[in-house]
Amino acid sequence: MIEPVIQLQDFRKTYHSGEVEVHAVRGVNLTIQAGEFIAIMGASGSGKSTMMNTIGCLDRPTAGKYLLDGVDVGGLNRNELAALRNMKLGFVFQGFNLLARTSAVENVELPMFYARPGLSGREQRRRALASLELVGLGKRTDHTPSQLSGGQQQRVAIARALVNNPKVLLADEPTGNLDSRTSIEIMGIFQQLNDQGMTVVMVTHELDIAHYCRRVVVMRDGLIRSDEPVTNRLIGSTQLALLDAEQKAVQLTA
Amino acid sequence: MGFATLKIAIRALKRNFLRSILTMLGIIIGVAAVISGVSLGTGAKAQVEKSVASMGQNILTVFSGNMQRGGFGRGMGSTPNLTREDYEALRREITGVAGVSPEVRTFATVAFGSANQQTQVLGVGEDYVMARSWPFRSGQNFTDSDVRSGNKVCLLGTTASKTLFGEGADPVGQIVRIKGGPYQVMGLLESKGANTFGSDQDDIVLVPWTSAQKRLTGDTMFRSFTVSAESPGAMTDVQNQITELLRQRHKIVPPREDDFTVRNQQELADFATQTSRVMTVVISAIAGISLLVGGIGIMNIMLVSVTERTREIGIRLAVGGRGSDVMWQFLAEAILLSLAGGALGIAIGIWASKIITELSAFPTLVSPTSIVIAFSVSAAIGIVFGFFPALKAARLDPIEALRYE
Repeated sequence: MIEPVIQLQDFRKTYHSGEVEVHAVRGVNLTIQAGEFIAIMGASGSGKSTMMNTIGCLDRPTAGKYLLDGVDVGGLNRNELAALRNMKLGFVFQGFNLLARTSAVENVELPMFYARPGLSGREQRRRALASLELVGLGKRTDHTPSQLSGGQQQRVAIARALVNNPKVLLADEPTGNLDSRTSIEIMGIFQQLNDQGMTVVMVTHELDIAHYCRRVVVMRDGLIRSDEPVTNRLIGSTQLALLDAEQKAVQLTA
Repeated sequence: MGFATLKIAIRALKRNFLRSILTMLGIIIGVAAVISGVSLGTGAKAQVEKSVASMGQNILTVFSGNMQRGGFGRGMGSTPNLTREDYEALRREITGVAGVSPEVRTFATVAFGSANQQTQVLGVGEDYVMARSWPFRSGQNFTDSDVRSGNKVCLLGTTASKTLFGEGADPVGQIVRIKGGPYQVMGLLESKGANTFGSDQDDIVLVPWTSAQKRLTGDTMFRSFTVSAESPGAMTDVQNQITELLRQRHKIVPPREDDFTVRNQQELADFATQTSRVMTVVISAIAGISLLVGGIGIMNIMLVSVTERTREIGIRLAVGGRGSDVMWQFLAEAILLSLAGGALGIAIGIWASKIITELSAFPTLVSPTSIVIAFSVSAAIGIVFGFFPALKAARLDPIEALRYE
């Protein structure tokens, strides 16, 4: 049997805010195989962000076990966690989180700057450009984030997440700051990457966005309430074509 | 840390150019003060050393009065109490001496033709010029018989000769009038420049001390003797012999204090350097405070920078930057800031030293050691004051940092 990429075993996370103990996640078992495309849904306070931070190796479980690609994350120190984030994970955030006043291609190069062993400057540039090409941003690579649209910024962020060939792509509300059309475009990119074999884990609270994934996990009060495959899956390219046709129809009738 | 880290640091500093310059200001002022202050001190010291050398070889000076107690001025002002017999005893009884000469100092009008001038006239013995290693430009020294008989002969310094005879003229053989009396010029001395206290040693007329006492001052006592020892090693011995002899002759028994003072060249030089040393200490203190304030300024700005860039730090940590990577990045900025400040300060300090010399004629000498020290100190300031902000950045929690607005 193939080892799962992500394995949470009775995962718990407790925060201390003053006198009060907050049980953000209260015993979750979750296994994600390589090549999956999974959406984690839930209202705010459901524990989905906490779980995402732990899966992203930004945090460690209070109790239980988290295995990433067979490695027990619970026993690692700060530097070892950093190395895991650098080599095995790619992050995409709601607010893009690009370095301001830094060109798109240099933003994409950032993870390689911290990679050990390091690559030559020329190789870094080559990989960064290839990664930008992959997300459909072959041009405008020397533009800074403020010169790019939201969709373009998120493409840069995805290119940055992909540049070190991670095992898992983690996306935290990746369409939260985008309009519906750009959201579909971004989901199309995730689908395309998933089709090529990339494991994608996404947090969202929009049900229609979750429909682009293959599996949906719903959380409430720190526990998993449902875990089901997506039945009527949406496809990014089809939805875009539908949207275009709709707009044309509106223009004709007007 | 590598070249890439340095590049990021330079870019970050350029982004806040004005702020970076203002932050450097403390370091710039501090380093500039160190460089110019030290150059003033070294310049003064070099000048003193030169003028001490111009005093002559292994010179001891015997002053009347006790200077241990009242400082220099008091000794100078006391009643002369060194006698002709003291002088003769010194010549007779002290061993290891190359030459002894009394000094009779006075100011008198010296005239040639229509040119006349108030000039220092110094009555000395025939050993004086030799003792002070003072070469002749032309002519020769007066003899011991000139001194014994109190002949009206003189030697001119270059400045005195220039005022009376004009530039480049040879006065030897001419007759000048000193306080109305005619004196034949026997020789013209080479230029010696300014002495330890800054006055022109060449504006002088030397006459036999006998003539000076008889015709110019009317004194019978001396204010000082110049003694030159045979070798540097003999100086202490000669100094002790003179003290012993004069105590005997002046009948001084402890606890009575000496009524004379024997000073060697080095003591005179030390006195002269005291002023410049005080100045150097004061400037160094100002510089030290300025460097401290500059360092705190750097720390302050780096703390602001860490807070401003919390989100950037979060991003860097999220994509796999280690705490140490972030720490080096901020430390590099702090060191770069202070080094750039140091370099600017050195440039300004060198420039200021030149200006000081040009405007005030104070000698300055920029020492390479002070440049090296100033540069290392500014690097150290960057490390010391950049460390805390850098550590703060390195210890940020990536989740908190990413959420920071």
